[in-house]
Amino acid sequence: PPMAPVTRKLVQIGRVAMVNYGPETGKLVTIINVIDGTRVLVDGPRSITGISRQSFPIKRLSLTSIVINITRDASTTQLEKRWKEQDIMTKWKASGWAKKQEIRAKRAGLSD
Amino acid sequence: ALTMVMRQYQVVGRRLPKDGKDPKQLYRMKLFAPNEVVAKSRFWYFTSKLRKLKRANGQILAVNEMVERKPHQVKNFGITVRWDSRHGTHNMFKEYRDTSLNGAVEKMYQECASRYRCRFRSIQILATKRLAAKETTGQGLLGGPLKQFHQRKIAFPLTHRVQRPSSRRFRTTFKAVKPSTY
Repeated sequence: PPMAPVTRKLVQIGRVAMVNYGPETGKLVTIINVIDGTRVLVDGPRSITGISRQSFPIKRLSLTSIVINITRDASTTQLEKRWKEQDIMTKWKASGWAKKQEIRAKRAGLSD
Repeated sequence: ALTMVMRQYQVVGRRLPKDGKDPKQLYRMKLFAPNEVVAKSRFWYFTSKLRKLKRANGQILAVNEMVERKPHQVKNFGITVRWDSRHGTHNMFKEYRDTSLNGAVEKMYQECASRYRCRFRSIQILATKRLAAKETTGQGLLGGPLKQFHQRKIAFPLTHRVQRPSSRRFRTTFKAVKPSTY
């Protein structure tokens, strides 16, 4: 039978991604600009996810299915506004991915 | 970092005062170096080539680091370079996209080292310029052709993603499940 086409998540402005390597593993970021094929300009926003605006390697990001409607190089305050307006954190926490993450964290924190 | 971190310095020097008289001419140079020590050394290297002035006859008055004004803004840079190969010396104009001039210069040194086997000592930066997207000539190849990143609604998929564990602690030789590359 013919295989269904793969719907890929795109690296694009407004894409929410999760950091998958390094000291900030597990935190969410928003892509606000693309620097080149290997790096993107990223912002938490800091007050919500804990990651400040910085250049970030694409290799360390896992793209989520959430895309926010922001302009290129949106300011941190603009981003914060959008995150709160569209309740992105709640959307994220409702996803299967986030739930599995929570379960894993819970299991890791269990004692005998 | 695995690459030599580049910083931009402003070095100001002059001839040593003679008979209590201060020299009238000051020389200022903006250059890229990993630290202040190398910056001062490069200052003398270039000054003695350009003027009748050497370290023994002069003094450095100031070494100031020039810091990027907006390090969170993506910019395009054009760097004119003069470099020595094994058999001759050449000029190059290279473009890079980075959040800072220092970063672009680092990329330039890395690229010259990889493509031309050219070391720091064989490279002289003649000029650096911040370019608007319209001004870029598309001579940048590092990280992908430069002009393709100048789209207002840029979007691209990540093809053939090779998964890696979030920490070296979780590395195993064998995995139970075939990884998905998309």
